Amino acid sequence: MALRKTKVPMPEQPPEERIRNFREVALGLTPELAQEEAERCLQCKNPACEQGCPVNVRIKEFIGKLRGGDLEGAYRSIWSTNILPSICGRVCPQEEQCEKYCLMGKKNEPVAIGRLERYLGDWAREQGLTLAEKAPPNGKKVAVVGSGPAGLTCASDLAQKGYDVTIFEALHVPGGVLMYGIPEFRLPKAVVQAEIDGLRRLGVEIRTDVVVGKTLTVDDLFADGYRAVFLGTGAGLPNFLGIPGENLCGVYSANEFLTRINLMKGYLFPEYDTPVKCGRRVAVVGAGNVAMDAARCALRLGPDKVYIVYRRTWDEMPARREEIHHAKEEGIEFHLLTAPIEILGDEQGWVRGMVCQRMELGEPDASGRRRPVPIPGSEYQLDVDTVIVAIGTTPNPLVARSTPGLQTTRWGGLIIDEETGMTTRPGVFAGGDSVTGAATVILAMGAGRRAAAGIDRYLSEGGKEG
Amino acid sequence: MVFRIRKKRVLTPVTVLFEVEAPLVCRHAQPGQFVIVRLGEKSERIPLTIMEARDGVLSIVIQAVGKSTRELIGLGEGDALADVVGPLGQPCPLRDSGTVAVVGGGFGVAPIIPIARALHDRGVHVIAINGARTAELLILEDELRAVSDRYLVSTNDGSKGVQGMVTDVLRQLIDQGEHLDEVIAIGPMVMMRAVAEVTRPHGIRTLVSLDPIMVDGTGMCGVCRVSVGGETRFACVDGPIFDAHQVDFDLAVRRGHMYDSEQKVALEHYEKCRCHGGGEA
Ligand SMILES: Cc1cc2nc3c(=O)[nH]c(=O)nc-3n(C[C@H](O)[C@H](O)[C@H](O)COP(=O)(O)OP(=O)(O)OC[C@H]3O[C@@H](n4cnc5c(N)ncnc54)[C@H](O)[C@@H]3O)c2cc1C
Ligand SMILES: Cc1cc2nc3c(=O)[nH]c(=O)nc-3n(C[C@H](O)[C@H](O)[C@H](O)COP(=O)(O)OP(=O)(O)OC[C@H]3O[C@@H](n4cnc5c(N)ncnc54)[C@H](O)[C@@H]3O)c2cc1C
Ligand code: SF4
Ligand code: SF4
Ligand code: FES
Repeated sequence: MALRKTKVPMPEQPPEERIRNFREVALGLTPELAQEEAERCLQCKNPACEQGCPVNVRIKEFIGKLRGGDLEGAYRSIWSTNILPSICGRVCPQEEQCEKYCLMGKKNEPVAIGRLERYLGDWAREQGLTLAEKAPPNGKKVAVVGSGPAGLTCASDLAQKGYDVTIFEALHVPGGVLMYGIPEFRLPKAVVQAEIDGLRRLGVEIRTDVVVGKTLTVDDLFADGYRAVFLGTGAGLPNFLGIPGENLCGVYSANEFLTRINLMKGYLFPEYDTPVKCGRRVAVVGAGNVAMDAARCALRLGPDKVYIVYRRTWDEMPARREEIHHAKEEGIEFHLLTAPIEILGDEQGWVRGMVCQRMELGEPDASGRRRPVPIPGSEYQLDVDTVIVAIGTTPNPLVARSTPGLQTTRWGGLIIDEETGMTTRPGVFAGGDSVTGAATVILAMGAGRRAAAGIDRYLSEGGKEG
Repeated sequence: MVFRIRKKRVLTPVTVLFEVEAPLVCRHAQPGQFVIVRLGEKSERIPLTIMEARDGVLSIVIQAVGKSTRELIGLGEGDALADVVGPLGQPCPLRDSGTVAVVGGGFGVAPIIPIARALHDRGVHVIAINGARTAELLILEDELRAVSDRYLVSTNDGSKGVQGMVTDVLRQLIDQGEHLDEVIAIGPMVMMRAVAEVTRPHGIRTLVSLDPIMVDGTGMCGVCRVSVGGETRFACVDGPIFDAHQVDFDLAVRRGHMYDSEQKVALEHYEKCRCHGGGEA
């Protein structure tokens, strides 16, 4: 039988239906479809795909087992390097990582590695299969600050080594961006909570409503008997554009808009108490995952128009390809090579429009992408009543400010030793967005894992806190 | 963690004082800081100022204005809150000497008390002004009197103290030649703004505690942004106490009304559910 050239299509909710609900868009492969997709893998002698995965998932091996019918073996294989396959399968930018290097992708579409990974993760959850095992307690307490993917991974690894781990989380729900940022229709919250329940079963204690730097300081944690501290506090501080009109009513940071919707369930107002206000014509500024999520959430609140305003072109968009595709399918309009220069308000202080300027691409900048240059005289007004700013975030300074000995970069990223994850303060480790600035789930997980190994080594060598 | 209500004191028909078990919050709480409270699974995150934090018990005063605050004041002793997180925001900067007038209006009397006490303990001469629409709405009179050197009252209808507003009392003080090194005012936005206008011509340093809409309270969402001295600041991390003469009150008032129509919907929904036999007493 000839191999399919293209990926087995993922069953999805049709666009006209899904824009009226918050349920998951991609429904997941059936066992038959997963088999068919797995058959496409060439089982290469040198599986190039694996060099593209930041946590070195043994892709060839797990796909091989999957198509041999050994689902549990396949899941075990993934899990040995990636404890959150249901999540990574859904949100990794596969086209830039594993699938980018897949040999099948040279001439055809690459193997849908992410979808297969999700399939196995979901299968294991439905089976109630858990692999994590707690080692005999070693009596050493470690504090993990922040419960995003970095903190969750670090906590899991340490708990499996016998450490007594407590996670401290500022919000009322653990999960970090996975809970408050990424919407239900892309990553169901039940999937995230199932992973977190697994962590609890490992004996990890999760204390929500604790803002480290305010409720407790890092020094308090050491005083309370924690021998090491991991900071997985993410990059939650929203950037604004710095243009006139940005404090008008109707201008949101993407974080606010998404938090109201995802964490506070604003889309179910008034059954849930937190409202989210979305006008008739919405502009989202930016074109990363955050912007796509904000735009598609806005769309589901039923406005007439949702625009993405981005100063570069399709090629430079940082969002996952699949999400850009979904956004287009759902009817979001893209204003590319366009930058906002002013937000206009009415007498009551509400947004009534946004002045934009057209751009052209000039010479490449430091990031290697061609720099957008304004075209003089090209200003035009976009008729909108809601503006959502999604142009990036930086690390929140609360912990750095309250912890003596912690050094940060100019933009607030915690400085660490790349190998061990230790910060400039002995006994304090960090990883994920708090170090790199806004990045990806899988990189945060990798960093959490490296730091767990670093902490283990440090404490095994009798490390004294600083 | 269980945040149980130990004690409830009804101060007026719309204002209650709760003592809530929240040991972690009490560890570092200082005057001027606040907590964020969530009643239950479907509730909003509501910012409330800390009135006192001692021996693991937190005192907060809640004035009912909309759905969430109404639901909160309906709770009783033994009930628990789903979440209490804090202390958040910056502590109130405190002088070591001189004379400070502390001005409280509405629920704002509660947060002014710990500030007055801290100043008083440092040997600052504290003049307190407590204001309300009418005598029966005045709250925490004994508590405020106990931590001030002079205690003055105003009511709009003259049923107690000076007839008029807290600003009238403040103006009289200044006109009578009382030397004030600083004024700290907490209460409704209109009151704080009026206080700022009274002190501005005299160049008296004035602090106010802004209460913009908030969600997370940790600097993550930016909804609490205010403009101070022409710069955008996040009230939950940079404030909530700011130099009143630098605050853009127009903007703060406008942003405070952002959700007016939704708040009405929430309240109607709540009243309807209650009438249909749901909810509490
Ligand atoms: C809307 C959105 C969509 C995204 N989409 C994708 C995607 O499709 N694919 C992808 O790979 N990546 C995506 N990302 C990026 C990805 O989510 C992040 O890179 C990743 O979550 C970082 O993990 P982290 O553990 O470092 O931090 P976070 O997930 O940010 O978690 C940090 C946690 O620490 C808590 N915290 C912060 N400060 C304190 C404190 N002082 N005390 C206690 N707790 C604290 C926070 O409340 C939070 O829960 C997206 C991000 C957003 C915002
Ligand atoms: C730092 C801070 C400290 C605070 N401390 C206290 C306190 O100690 N005691 C107390 O009772 N309240 C305090 N508040 C105000 C309190 O948080 C609000 O009254 C509450 O969030 C309103 O919720 P609601 O659902 O009951 O009313 P909503 O339905 O949200 O609002 C009802 C009405 O109140 C107005 N309103 C909305 N938000 C606010 C606000 N933040 N402040 C004032 N009016 C508002 C609306 O315009 C509307 O007309 C504080 C606010 C902040 C930001
Ligand atoms: S973890 Fe991400 S990058 Fe690695 S194989 Fe899975 S989907 Fe690909
Ligand atoms: S490179 Fe592609 S085809 Fe080859 S083993 Fe990896 S997934 Fe299979
Ligand atoms: S309340 Fe969200 S940043 Fe202040």
